[in-house]
Formats: sequence, structure tokens, C-alpha cells
Amino acid sequence: MSEYIDQIETGESVGLVEKQFFTFGADAPLVLESGRTLGPVTLAYETCGTLNKDRTNAILVCHALTGDSHVAGFYDPEDPKPGWWDLMVGPGKPIDTDKYFVICSNVVGGCMGSTGPMSENPGTGRPYGASFPVVTIGDMVRAQRRLVDSFGIDTLLAVVGGSVGGMQVLEWSVRYPHRVHAAIPLATTTKHSAQAIAFNEVARQAIMADPKWNRGDYYESGRPEHGLAVARMVGHITYLSDESMRHKFDRRLQDRVELSFDFEADFQVESYLRYQGNKFVDRFDANSFLYLTKAADYFNLENQYGEGSLVAAFSRASCRYLVVSFTSDWLYPTYQSKTMVKAMKKNSLDVSFCEIEAPWGHDAFLLPNTRLSDLLSGFLNKVCLHCRIGGPA
Amino acid sequence: MRFDLQVIATWIEPGSRVLDLGCRTGSLLAHLTEQKSILGTGIEIDEEAAGQAIAKGLSVIHGDIYEEIEDYPDNAFDYVILSQALMQVLDPETLIREMLRVGRLGVVSFPNFTHYKNRLQMLFTGRAPMSKELPYEWYNTPNIRVIPIIDFRRFCRHLGVPIVKEVAISTHHHDELGKVITFLPNLFATFGIFMLGQGK
Repeated sequence: MSEYIDQIETGESVGLVEKQFFTFGADAPLVLESGRTLGPVTLAYETCGTLNKDRTNAILVCHALTGDSHVAGFYDPEDPKPGWWDLMVGPGKPIDTDKYFVICSNVVGGCMGSTGPMSENPGTGRPYGASFPVVTIGDMVRAQRRLVDSFGIDTLLAVVGGSVGGMQVLEWSVRYPHRVHAAIPLATTTKHSAQAIAFNEVARQAIMADPKWNRGDYYESGRPEHGLAVARMVGHITYLSDESMRHKFDRRLQDRVELSFDFEADFQVESYLRYQGNKFVDRFDANSFLYLTKAADYFNLENQYGEGSLVAAFSRASCRYLVVSFTSDWLYPTYQSKTMVKAMKKNSLDVSFCEIEAPWGHDAFLLPNTRLSDLLSGFLNKVCLHCRIGGPA
Repeated sequence: MRFDLQVIATWIEPGSRVLDLGCRTGSLLAHLTEQKSILGTGIEIDEEAAGQAIAKGLSVIHGDIYEEIEDYPDNAFDYVILSQALMQVLDPETLIREMLRVGRLGVVSFPNFTHYKNRLQMLFTGRAPMSKELPYEWYNTPNIRVIPIIDFRRFCRHLGVPIVKEVAISTHHHDELGKVITFLPNLFATFGIFMLGQGK
């Protein structure tokens, strides 16, 4: 996922929001898919809008790989940028906080306030580091379920998310079919292709090859900043597209009129990637990056729920779906969305699908897009009507 | 709503499951959903039209009808509708068989090519006829077939597909008004509308 977006399209801002924390599992730890246990577990989360009396207007927004719970609004009036999906979430926006109660949590394994490798291991009093158990998308969703339970919410009106957030959406719809009315997986897949795993592996190797990584134990000695920056650069390339990079940079030179004949950043694209890499280092933990990419690589809906058959996996689901892909997304190309739509149709599920023409690559779901806004608001209105949901209490 | 769609709408039982192939922006589906509480799905290849239909709250798959229809189980729908798209269909036989596999009944409407005005145009000008129903030149038409009502009946016999219901109408392409033609429909109707059954 790229850095936060500057432009704000329509509607108002939700205004000031506050990061909150929910802790569970101190007595009964979370048993992970790997068989290992984790507890206590803290999730950082934010909410916008008001939960109605019947607790039926909640929408869970799932963030992408390196996103966080700060989905919309500002922490402080001085903040230069709002949350990562401020375009979509707010009063009068497609995910209308005048109507819906929006929850966005940071995932287990993350580093934005949720329990992850940089959290203190209660057994040792030191950060977990590489001793943190490997978590899966399923584990993230099970932790989110505990958070949703804590609000007394029985059924979510919708679960929405793009990319790795979309994997969580799919997982929710299949793992807890009776707790989700509608699911909106955007620019996502039911399992990583070899290509997607390959890019993640290069990114992980970049981190692990940094001598400062020190087998994950670096919190006192200095972080593997260079490795993490390179990992981010690799990832960032996959979020764009050939066309968007040509449009944005082509072969233009950065701050020079001729080639340097050394290994300085001659080209704008080099300079841009270095900038993105360095900026990422300031806000993200290298170990978290390892764990989260691994969770995305392990995700395999058909193996997990259908013994290899996606049709069998979706036979568990009962919600309505809106599946969206983007023409230039080469990380999770349209054929992967079509595969899930096919399996949903074979189960006679109520599904809508649109492949949106967009030149900006995988990141398109984070950028202003009228088509996407219209799809989301129209679909959510229908779900609301069907569930007879009124506004907030 | 277009007159041919109004006629089709009268044929649909309330509460039934409907698949609309080439649903455009979903006006028929929206009408049937509101008036007849159907469970509807559309398939539309144009992104903008499909997007508008979904934004109306309809369930629509953006894609090619041949590919998309394949995924549905047998008898998933009560009606499968193909309105004013048969002229553009590459392989009508396969599509109609697929329609009657996934649906109990198929509904097909198309402009009647042998309408007398077309015949007169050909006779007097010697040129390929153009009409409000078929408003294209030979070099830019998306329609790869011309379909006279009587030929469609022959085609159904050839497929072994029973015609459950049939009506011929006279209306302009986007008009909301029109009338049913019972006298020499192959000559005087601008559109033919057929309901097809599954056969043996």
C-alpha cells in the first residue's frame, strides 16, 4: 500500500479520531493456527460514527499489508494528512459515518499498537522479535472477532478491505458466515500467486540480509533500516504499474542534466523509491514486515476451507459480495477476482463484480475513483435496505 | 422503460429468479426488483453500464455473457433474458442452450429484420437497410446477424427448443410506447419477443 493520499474527494472529514486499545486473552490466550498460543493480545483500533441501538450498522474496514487502524479523520488538528481511506470514510462519503459505525483495527503481528514482534513478551520482559509466533490471516480475523464481540455486535453489516485487507474480508465471510451481511473484497485474491510470494520473499531476504537484523533481535542494537527500505522499494514497485511509472517518471533524471556515471540516484524513479523506502523505515518495524508478508503468503482460502476447492470453500459463505478488481493491478490481477466470483456463482451466492479501468496499478483502490465510490455507496445502500437498517440511534 | 422490456416484464412471475444477459444499466432488473420482488442478477460487458447498475444496488457481474453464464449451476434461474443482444451474439446456438441450462425459461427479444420498411429500403435504394431499430452502417455496426421473426422460429425448431410464448410488437428503439402486432408480424413488427422452454 502506498503512502497516504493527499487528495480528498467529497463529503466531510470525520474530524478528530482517537487510537484506542482492546486487550484480551490474558487468562485464555489466543490459540493460533500454527498451534502456538499468544496472550494477552492487544489490538489498536479506531471507530467513527455511532453504533445504533440494535447494533446492526457496523462496518469493519480491514487495512492492507502495512496500513493501520487510522482509517479516516485526524489525530490532531495540525495533522498534515488524514487516515488512509479518508476518501471513502466520513459523513456523506461512500462509507457514510452518518449512517454506519465504522471500526478499523490494526492486525495482530503489526507494529502500530497491536501485539506484534516488537511488543514485550510477558515471559521474558523483552520484545518478542523473531520468537513471535507466525500468525495467519485467520488469526488476524479471529482477533478482530474478539474486538467486534466487545462492542456487543452480533452481525457486521459489512466487512470491507483491499489487498491483504481483502483477504481478511474473504476470511471473515467464510470463517464467520453468520456474522457478516455483506463482504467487499477489493483488489485481492484467495491465494497468492507464485509471483506475489516471490516478491515477498525478495523483500524478506532484503531485511534478513541486513547485518543489523540480527535474527530479529535488534530492538536494543539498532534496526535493519537499509534492509527494510529495500523491502519497501520492492513492494512499492508491485503496487504501481508499468504505465503509471512511465507516466510518473519515465526516464527523467533527478536533479541533474546528465548521467552521473556512479551509483547515485540518476533517475527520478530511483530517487522516488529511495524516498519511499526511507520514509517507511520511520514508521514500520522490519520484523512486522516479515510476519505480515508471511501471513499473506500463507493465505489460501480453498485449502483452508475447501480441501483445495474454492467452490467448496465458498459453500460455507452466505453473505452478499461486491468484488472489485483494477485493470492494471499486476499483483492481484483480475483473473484472480474472477476465480473467486466464479466460485461464488457456483454456490448461487449474491455477487456483483466490476473490473475498474484504472492505470495506476494495485494501489488504485486507495486513490480517488468515482466508479469505486459509486459502487461502494450503491452496494452498501442495498445491503442497508435489505437488512432494514436505519441510521444511528 | 423500453416497450419490449415492458412486455417482457409482464411475463415474469413475482418472486422468481432472473438472469438478465447484457443488462446494460439494469433498468429491467430494477423494474422487476421493485415491482415483482424478483431475485435478479445481470451480466454486462461494458464497465460503465455495469458500474451504474451495481451503483443502483443491483447484483451485476461485469463480464462477457458466454464466459459468465458457464459458471451458474443448472436451473439456477427461473428466467434467463437476452433482450436486444442476439444480433451481436457470435454463437447463438450455444448461448441459447446455455440459457436453457441455467434457466427454466429463456426470453429473447430482437429487432425484426424483415420489417416492411427495411424491405422497401432495400428494394428502392438497393442499399443495406438502416432503421431506428438497426441504426448502423455496414461498416460500424456491432450487429453481426440479421434476424427475421420467421427465421427465429425455424431456428428454435432446429434446436428442438419449444416456443412457450411469442409476441411481435411495433415500437421505436427507445420508445416507451408500442403496440402488439398480430397481423403478418414478420412484415409489420419491429421487434419479436419469444419465451423458450427447455424442451426434451
